[in-house]
Amino acid sequence: MQLIKGETVPIRAPNDIVIVRQKVRAWAIEIGFSIIEQTKIITAASELARNTLDYGGGGECELASVKNSLNKSGLQLSFVDQGPGIANLELALTDGYTSGGGLGMGLTGSRRLMNDFKIETEIGKGTRVTVIKWK
Amino acid sequence: MERIPILKMGSFLLVTIQVDMHDQLAVTLQDDLTQKIVESGAKGVLIDISALDIVDSFIGRMLAGIAGMARILDADTVVVGMQPAVAITLVELGLSLDGIKTALNVDRGMALLRKTLNLSVDEDLEVAEADLESEDATDKG
Repeated sequence: MQLIKGETVPIRAPNDIVIVRQKVRAWAIEIGFSIIEQTKIITAASELARNTLDYGGGGECELASVKNSLNKSGLQLSFVDQGPGIANLELALTDGYTSGGGLGMGLTGSRRLMNDFKIETEIGKGTRVTVIKWK
Repeated sequence: MERIPILKMGSFLLVTIQVDMHDQLAVTLQDDLTQKIVESGAKGVLIDISALDIVDSFIGRMLAGIAGMARILDADTVVVGMQPAVAITLVELGLSLDGIKTALNVDRGMALLRKTLNLSVDEDLEVAEADLESEDATDKG
C-alpha cells in the first residue's frame, strides 16, 4: 500500500469532533467518493473520534490518501490515543456493549461502515484504530 | 451563545437543525425545547433534520432523549426530512432509532401528529388563535 499524502487533526475537545468530520468530508470528496460513501466514512469517523475523546482521553486523527497494489484509491483514517487501552477487545467489538454511557455502536458500527478495520491496543499505553474505505 | 431556534406552529413546535451538532448545542436544545413545551403547552414536536448530512450514535441518542422528554411532558415527537444517505448509513451503523416516529417531510410529519393526536387542521388553528387572543389579553392587562 502506498501513502499519497497525510494530515493530522487533534482531538482534544468535543468541538474537535466537528472539525474531524469536516476534514474527513473534504478528503472524501477530493478522493471522489459518492455521497453515500462519504456519509458512511464521515459517520464512522465521528464515532471513532468520539471514542478517542471519551475513552482514550483525547488524541488525534491521522488522515491519509492511499493507493493499493491494484492502484485503487482509498481513504485511511487512524484514531490514536495514549489512554488506558482496551482490556477485553472481543467484548469491545460486541454490538451493544459499552464501558461508558454510550450505545455501544461506535466500534462495531464503524467496522461495518468501512472496508478495512484494525485495532492495536496496549493496557496503559493507548489505542490505535485504523480504518480504510476503498473506492 | 449558539442556539437552535424553536418555532411555534399552531399546537406544534418546529425545530430545524441546520448546524453541525456538537455536545453543548445538543444539551442547550434539550433544555430550550423542554422549557418551550411547558410554556406553550405544545402537543407535538417536529424535528427537521433535512440539513444534517450525518446522524451518528451521539445525535441518535440526542433525538431519542428529546422524544423521551417530550413524551413525559405529553408531547409527541416526529423526526422529519432524513436524507437517503443518512438512512442507509444509520441502518448499517446499527441504529434503528427505536421509539422515534419519522416522516418524509414537515407536511407529512404534521399530518402524522394531527392523526396521532386526533386533531383536525381547524382545531390546530383554533389553538393558534386562542394563543393569540391570550397574548392580546396579556398585552392589555
